[in-house]
Amino acid sequence: MESLGIIVAFYLLSAIAVGGAIGVFLASDLIRALAFLVLSFIATAGLFLTLSGDFIAIAQILIYAGAIPVLIVFAVMLAPLAGRNNGNGLYLVPGLALGAAVAVTVAFVAVDVEWNELSGALLAERDFATTAGAIGDALVGRYVLAFEIASVLLLAALIGAIVLVREDEAT
Amino acid sequence: MSSTLRQGRRRPAAKVPLPLMIVGAVFALGFLAVNAAIGYVVIDGRLDGQWYDIRDLGIAVEELKVQLDAINDDQPTFLDDIVGQHWMSYAVGALLGAIGILSFIGGALLALIWIERRLIGRMQIRRGPNRVGPYGLLQPVADAVKLIQKEVLTPDGADRILFLLPPAIIFVPMMAAWGPVPWAPKMAYLDINVGVLYLIAVSSLTTLAVFLAGWASNNHYALLGSMRTVAMMISYEIPLSIALLSVVLITGSMQLSEIVQWQADHNLWLAALLPIAMLTYFFSSTAELNRTPNDIAEAESEIVAGFHTEYSGMKFGLFYAVELGNALLVATLVATFFLGGWSLFGLEEWIPGYLILFAKLSAAYFVLVWLRGTLPRFRLDQLMRFAWQYLIPLSLFNLIIVAVEASLLARWDVPGVVSLGLFTIVNWGAAYILFRDWARRIGYQPDAGGPRRAELTQQVGGLEAAHRMGTAT
Repeated sequence: MESLGIIVAFYLLSAIAVGGAIGVFLASDLIRALAFLVLSFIATAGLFLTLSGDFIAIAQILIYAGAIPVLIVFAVMLAPLAGRNNGNGLYLVPGLALGAAVAVTVAFVAVDVEWNELSGALLAERDFATTAGAIGDALVGRYVLAFEIASVLLLAALIGAIVLVREDEAT
Repeated sequence: MSSTLRQGRRRPAAKVPLPLMIVGAVFALGFLAVNAAIGYVVIDGRLDGQWYDIRDLGIAVEELKVQLDAINDDQPTFLDDIVGQHWMSYAVGALLGAIGILSFIGGALLALIWIERRLIGRMQIRRGPNRVGPYGLLQPVADAVKLIQKEVLTPDGADRILFLLPPAIIFVPMMAAWGPVPWAPKMAYLDINVGVLYLIAVSSLTTLAVFLAGWASNNHYALLGSMRTVAMMISYEIPLSIALLSVVLITGSMQLSEIVQWQADHNLWLAALLPIAMLTYFFSSTAELNRTPNDIAEAESEIVAGFHTEYSGMKFGLFYAVELGNALLVATLVATFFLGGWSLFGLEEWIPGYLILFAKLSAAYFVLVWLRGTLPRFRLDQLMRFAWQYLIPLSLFNLIIVAVEASLLARWDVPGVVSLGLFTIVNWGAAYILFRDWARRIGYQPDAGGPRRAELTQQVGGLEAAHRMGTAT
């Protein structure tokens, strides 16, 4: 049995997240769309917080609300002036198709999973105090290989970027 | 003549709408009432029949929560059913914390303007503000009144909505980042277990507000300033985060109160144990803050006032307040992470923890003012190169050393004096070698020609010699 506070928070944050996402679509100016995008991301972080996922909420803010907008900002600044309006529906059909695919996937998972409600002692038993510690243990314990592969991949991308923008010293 | 001027220019008194006055009065009275209530609860100290002195502010608040819970258990209100928990204890805790932080920052912002200007005045051999009130103490108030009275302009061609947002957006991270700071044992507003990450995440939100301000202004200088700021922030966030990561590694916790507790338990400030992390963090923070030596984002002589060129009146005032508040925040975080927070080698038994923290953050803030008063400004490319070629490699080296030390600390079964003392010596040696040799490796040449120390032109023989020195190099 959920308390009303959580339910209100869920609907409020969901409304902000969905509203922000719609705003991204409807805003004609790319930078305004970016502002809506950040709003949506922060509301999603709030949703994670209501699920007690503190680490993932903070990571959401750090990466999606903090770092991704900067990336988009640089992309906007480097693009020619004509590329800065958000109004063209060039990718409308593929975009809608992708959105529908994601929606169907999420809906399927939501229906398929058996959501058993825990309460009392069972809930306390399942409860793990810090998600940060659990995630850290999993990353350098059970999933260490995937973690290392990802880090090597990122390093390769980093070096590749440096090589690409390097000025040729011979000329 | 002055009387005719006054008569001729007399303007009708500005009319404040009545509802606004009522709301303001209610807000101010409520603020005073809550403060008085807190004062009564703390000073009277009869929460559970025991005397709490001002040291035990955190414990007193906890006791207040317990009492409220007890009242709630006897007579649950209708709100308890709706919210699902005892709402009153949470609400009181939130209210106390928020009012405490707001009062502190509000008071500090007013005081800091005066202190900073006076200090810089002294450093630059002038007097600083000394006309308004005794010793110029009312200068910040006069400044604030002036800013409120000024017209708030919106330039032609500006994006009106986006122009409106940044002064408000930029205020939120500054306030929110004060949450996890522990002022005393049990006296942190938001003592979450991912506190360090939270700080980094929240302060990264500033970047977007700064960019929006520059973009929406429709002004080349503003856009240049915001681009500089964004570039600088994303460059200096890396060494800053790595420096904090080494703190997390050695203390084994991301909770700020735990980090302070570690320093209190080991009687060791992390500034002594991790000199590289401390210096990296401090310098990177000055870059994040846009303060001299790193204030290229608002370099007056180059790009007017940077991203807030077009903001006037109290909107500019908000940017200014956020800048000062962030400087104070960085001073507080340096004091918390590296100078032991509320602990002072056992003296916290006798002195309230928040006074100790305040003394430490004042010292750190003084260093920030000192830097501002003495150092010239970097060039943009110098600043970028300093981050990428100097600070980031150094902090990575430091991280490797600290990681080895942290794993040794967990496995090595010797008294803390031996292991931590050894680590301290190793770290200071590493700091000396790394700072010195890495600078020379990337091209710093202190021995290549030129005078070894500052010389007056008269000492070397007047203008003629100065000319000779110019041709010699």
